[in-house]
Amino acid sequence: MHRFAKPSVFLKLADTLMPWMIAITVITGGTGLYLGLFWSPADYQQGDTVRIMYIHVPTAWMGLFCYVGMAICGAMSLIWKHPLADIAARATAPVGAMFTALCLITGSLWGEPMWGTWWVWDARLTSMLILLFLYLGYMALVNAFDDPERGSKAGSALALVGVVNVPIVKFSVDWWNTLHQPASVARMDGPSIDPSMLWPLMLMAVAFTGYYFIILAIRVRSELNERRIRALQLSGLFEQGDGTTSGSALYDQGHNAGAGK
Amino acid sequence: MSLSRAKSRKRQRLYLAGAALLAIAGAAALALTAFEESVVFFFSPTEIAAQSPIDEARRLRVGGLVEEGSITKVGSGETTLFVVTDMANSITVSYTGILPDLFREGQGVVAEGSMNSNGQFVAREVLAKHDENYMPREVADALKESGYWQELEAKNAENMLN
Repeated sequence: MHRFAKPSVFLKLADTLMPWMIAITVITGGTGLYLGLFWSPADYQQGDTVRIMYIHVPTAWMGLFCYVGMAICGAMSLIWKHPLADIAARATAPVGAMFTALCLITGSLWGEPMWGTWWVWDARLTSMLILLFLYLGYMALVNAFDDPERGSKAGSALALVGVVNVPIVKFSVDWWNTLHQPASVARMDGPSIDPSMLWPLMLMAVAFTGYYFIILAIRVRSELNERRIRALQLSGLFEQGDGTTSGSALYDQGHNAGAGK
Repeated sequence: MSLSRAKSRKRQRLYLAGAALLAIAGAAALALTAFEESVVFFFSPTEIAAQSPIDEARRLRVGGLVEEGSITKVGSGETTLFVVTDMANSITVSYTGILPDLFREGQGVVAEGSMNSNGQFVAREVLAKHDENYMPREVADALKESGYWQELEAKNAENMLN
């Protein structure tokens, strides 16, 4: 069972942290939404359209953050064959894809009234779309093989190659002229955004980060459980006829008592 | 002994992955530098001037600031003439249609269209380029009063035209 040594540590840690993560996410998300939608002022140029930023910018950050996480896990799985890293990379991909898609959608909703167009092929928008395709490609690739190990090898390689796109997304607005504005928060001479708008933005960023870790913990746990069930089935502990009923009883015991072994 | 061999294999994979990543990053950097012309979203009036005369059939985008006092309506008011400038060179743009809400003097804009024979740029589409400053109206007014606004606008113009 030494292969599960690390996962058990992870599960224990996730169990301890889960209530805290949920509390942080709910509190910062609730406060951030309230501040962003009601308390913070309208922008002098954009009016109330500026409120889209409180979703758009954190989802953009998370899209990049999740990708870096996925690529690091992919590298760990490729180089050190760490099983938990592979599970974490697979668990991260759909969450990151969702963040990236939300970023593109909210950006488009903002662009129509502000720029006068839903979409342009400038460097920032295009590289962000490529990020979404990298996520989708990773998800398709890891599931494209009958042998899951070959799937994660191919997927991890793709995730690592795609990491080149991350600095391109971030610095596209500095390297080339784009329709998209340059960075307002992470810039050399300090944020160019009024504190009354920066606060809700930061709270939303914390909430989205918390949300990601909650979903990650849940997805990793369910994947570990699935693997345990499969391992038990293979070891013949399940009767073939009524395998499902006795299986769930066994699984519950194992989940609570045996996870630490 | 097998343990150390596994370890060295892991190290080998680490170096291999690192080298592969470096190679890919290098290739991407080279490709993006080589295709810089097609990666940029628009040309400044100075770049347009350097390329002129520009084939009338060629579609391109010009970006810059709308020059103060340059906006005029012609005809029945559907066509707008304005000057896009990068402080060094400027280009007259004519556009028929509805302009974006943010369009006004001093605003960064990107126009897509082609040059006509008089050296005028006939835009098919005009987009407003928003800057990276976010502030409530009161702060903007206060900045205007304190005179810091000019500095901010100058910085914006510089950013827009870098």
